[in-house]
Amino acid sequence: MSDIAISRSSTGRHIVYVLRSNPVTAVAAVGALVLAFVALFAPVLVPYDPVASNVPNALQPPSAAHWAGTDQLGRDIFSRILAATRLDLMIAFSAVSISFALGAVIGGFCGYRGGGLDRWVGRFVDVLMAFPLFVLAMALVAALGNRVENIIIATAVINLPFYIRFARAEVNVRRNAGWVEAARACGDSHLSVVLRVLLPNILPAMAVQISLNLGWAILNAAGLSFIGLGVRPPTPEWGIMVAEGARFITTGKWWLVALPGLALMLTVLCFNLLGDGLRDILDPRMRT
Amino acid sequence: MTEPLLQVENLQVAFSTRHGTVTALHGIDIALARGETLGIVGESGSGKSVTSLAVMRLLDRAGRITGGRVLFDGRDITHAGHADLRRLRGSALSMIFQNPRAALNPIRTVEHQIIDVLAAHGRLSRASARTQALELLRAVLIRDPEARLKAYPHELSGGMCQRVMIAMAIACEPALLIADEPTTGLDVTTQQTVMELLARIKAERGMAMILITHDLGLAARWCDRIAVMEAGRVVEHGPTETLFEAPKHPYTRRLVAASPTRQSTLADLAPDAPPVRVRAVERRPPGTPPLLELVNVVKSFGGPVPAVDDVSFRLPVGGALGLVGESGSGKTTLSRLVCRLLDPDDGDIVFDGESIARIPAREFHRSRQRRDIQIVFQDPNDSLNPRHTAFDSIAHPLRRLEGMRDGAALDTRVREAASRAGLPMDLLHRFPHQLSGGQKARVGIARAVAPRPRLMILDEPTAALDVSVQAVILQLLDRLRREDGIGLLFVSHDLNVVRMLCDDLVVLQVGKVMEAGPSQEIFRHPQAEYTRTLLEAVPYFDPQRRATLLSSTAA
Repeated sequence: MSDIAISRSSTGRHIVYVLRSNPVTAVAAVGALVLAFVALFAPVLVPYDPVASNVPNALQPPSAAHWAGTDQLGRDIFSRILAATRLDLMIAFSAVSISFALGAVIGGFCGYRGGGLDRWVGRFVDVLMAFPLFVLAMALVAALGNRVENIIIATAVINLPFYIRFARAEVNVRRNAGWVEAARACGDSHLSVVLRVLLPNILPAMAVQISLNLGWAILNAAGLSFIGLGVRPPTPEWGIMVAEGARFITTGKWWLVALPGLALMLTVLCFNLLGDGLRDILDPRMRT
Repeated sequence: MTEPLLQVENLQVAFSTRHGTVTALHGIDIALARGETLGIVGESGSGKSVTSLAVMRLLDRAGRITGGRVLFDGRDITHAGHADLRRLRGSALSMIFQNPRAALNPIRTVEHQIIDVLAAHGRLSRASARTQALELLRAVLIRDPEARLKAYPHELSGGMCQRVMIAMAIACEPALLIADEPTTGLDVTTQQTVMELLARIKAERGMAMILITHDLGLAARWCDRIAVMEAGRVVEHGPTETLFEAPKHPYTRRLVAASPTRQSTLADLAPDAPPVRVRAVERRPPGTPPLLELVNVVKSFGGPVPAVDDVSFRLPVGGALGLVGESGSGKTTLSRLVCRLLDPDDGDIVFDGESIARIPAREFHRSRQRRDIQIVFQDPNDSLNPRHTAFDSIAHPLRRLEGMRDGAALDTRVREAASRAGLPMDLLHRFPHQLSGGQKARVGIARAVAPRPRLMILDEPTAALDVSVQAVILQLLDRLRREDGIGLLFVSHDLNVVRMLCDDLVVLQVGKVMEAGPSQEIFRHPQAEYTRTLLEAVPYFDPQRRATLLSSTAA
C-alpha cells in the first residue's frame, strides 16, 4: 500500500513540476479547465436563453447588459458562445477519441506484425490522405445526412490516417526492444503485447497528436457548420454563429463574427499549447 | 624532464540539472608526455568520459568547466574560442568513440567521410585527398581498402567501422588520441586486433594516447600509466606495474579483486558476499532425464547459412551450461529457441522429458512450461518496460502466468523475488530510468525468478555491467542455482566468466558446435582451433601480461 501512496504523491509532484517549469502549459491547462467548466455548466451560467429571439433588441453592440452584443434576431451572443462550448467540445472529443482508439489499435498491429496486413493498410491510408481532407469530410456529411453524429464520424475518418501512421511508426521502432521480448517470456500473447505493453508506451508521444488534433477537430466541425453542413440553426455553434454574422460585417457589426471567432481561436490555441506539457506529464522518463 | 604534452590541473566540471548543479569532476590532475599511453579506468559514473570530453571541450550545453585548466603543448585551451578549438580538434587532439557505427554518418561513403576530415584541416585537391584516404585505410590494415572506400557504414562490420573511425581520427596526424572505450561492443577477437592496431599506430606516429576503459585487463595490457577514477576524483595513479601489483586505495583494490583472472573463482571476485547455503541438491539416480535436451536443432532465417545448424546438448537438473561464441555464432538464436520465443525449423527441444518444440512460439504463453522457462536479457537498460516500476516489472509474470491480482499475496511474491535477487525493497516503486545498471539487472533477475522457474536462460546478463557489479551478479546467479536448484543456460562471449559459473561448455561458431565438454577441461586443453583463438583473446586481467607489440611494429 505504501508503495502506491508514494507513487501517487510523486505523480502529483511531477505534474506541479511540469506546470511550474513550463508556464505556457500551465496557462493552457487553466484554459482547458475553464472550457471544461463552461461546457458542463453552460445552462446554469448563461445570462439569457441562447435561442430565445428578441427582435426589437437586434444587432446591439456589446454593452453592460449584453457583454458580447446581440445578433440579428436579438439573441444574446455571450450566452450563445457559452452554450456552444459543450456542443463543439463534444464533437471534437468524440471524433478524436474514435480516431485515436481505432488508429492506435490498427496502427499498433500493423507496426508490430508488419508484412501483408501492414502493406495493405498502408496503401489504404495513403489513398485516404490523398483526398483533400475537408472536401472528404463534406462529402461524408452530405452522403450520410446532415446530423451531429455524422459530423463526428466524418471528422474521425479524416483524422484516422494520421493516427494509424503515427502509431505504426512508434510501435515499429519499439517492437524489437528487449522489454517486448521480456513481456512474451512473462506470458503475454502477441495480442496483449500490443495492447497492454506497446500502446501504453507510445501514449506520451500520442498525447501531443491528440491535443493538436482536438483544436483541429473543433475547427473542422465549425468549418462544416459554416458552410451549412452539420449543425443547423438555431442551435448555438461557433461555426454557424460566424457564418450568420458574416452577412453583417460589411455594415460594421463586427461583434457578430469576431467574438464567436475569438472563442474558437482561443479554444484551439489552448489545446495546441497543452500537447507538450501533456507528454511531459505522461512520460515517466521525464521524472528524474 | 620535458614539458608534458597535456597537462590537466585541478579540472572541475559541473552539470546543471533539474535538481540543481551536480559536480561531475572535483579537481582532476593528469599529465601526459609525448608518446605515452595513459589509461583512465573506473566504473560508470566515475567521470572518465566527462574528463575526456572536457579536455576536448566537447561537453554538452548543461556541462561547463567551473575551475582548473587544461594545458595542451604548453598552451591554455580551457577557454579557447570556437575557431581555435576547431583547428585543434582533429589536427592536435583527436578522439574515437565507443560505438563506431553510431559515430559514422550512415548516408556517406567511407571515402567521403575521411575526405571531409582532411578537407576541414587544409586545402587539398580531390585526387590527393583520395590517395590520402586510401593510405589511411591501408594504415589501419583494413582488408581490401580500395573496395572499402566506396562502402557505406552499414556494409562494414563493427570492427571495420572502428578501423575507419581510427583512420579518421589519425587523418590529420594528431599529437594526442583519446580512445573512449574503443573496443566495447566488439567481439573478443576483434577487440584484440583493434587494440593491437591502435598501439601500433601510436608507436609508428609517436602519438600520445589516453585509453578510457572499464576493463582493467585491457588497461593493464596496453597502458604505460594508469589513473583510477571514482566519483569524479582520481583516487590513485602511477605506472601500470606498480599500481596493479600493489594497489593502495581501497577502491583500486576492490576493482582489482573484482576483475576475473585466469585462476579466479566466483568466491574471489566478491569476497564480502555471504556464503552460499548449498541445499542438498536432490541427486537423482542416473538415468533420470535431463532438464533440457536439444536434439539436432536447426533454425534458418533465410540467409545462405542457417543461424543454428544441427545443435545438440543436454543440461542436467540443477546444472549450469555455458553457450559460448562471438556475434553471429547463433547463441542468441539458440537462447530464444529454448525460451520458445522462436520456432525451430527442425530437431527437437525436450524439457523435463517432454517435447516442447512442437508447441508454436505464439501459443507457448498458454502452455504450463512457460513459467518453468524464464530468461534474463542481455541489456538491463533495454529489457525493462519504461512505463513499469520495478514492482510492476517483477509482478508482470505473476499477473500473467499465475493470474495473481493486486493484493497481499502478490506483494509477498514480488518481495520474495526481489530479495532473492538482492534488490532493496525501497527501490520497488522506481521506474527503470531511476535505477542504476546493476539495480536494473537485479530487477531483470527478480522478474525471471518470480514465477519460480526450473530453467533460467541468461543472455549475457553481465555484459553491460561494471566489473564489481558483474562479480556480485555472477555470485547471485550461482546462489540461485545451488540454493534453489534452478538450471542455468548461460549465453556469453566471455569464456572466462562462463568457466567460473558453468560445469559444462558448448562452443559455437556460425551456428555449429565446435567443441563441447566440461568447462575446466576445455579451458585447460582446448581441442578446436577456434576455442584456442577465443581463449587467447579473452581480456582476463593479468597485471604482468603486457602487450608484446615491439616485435610486430616492424611489419
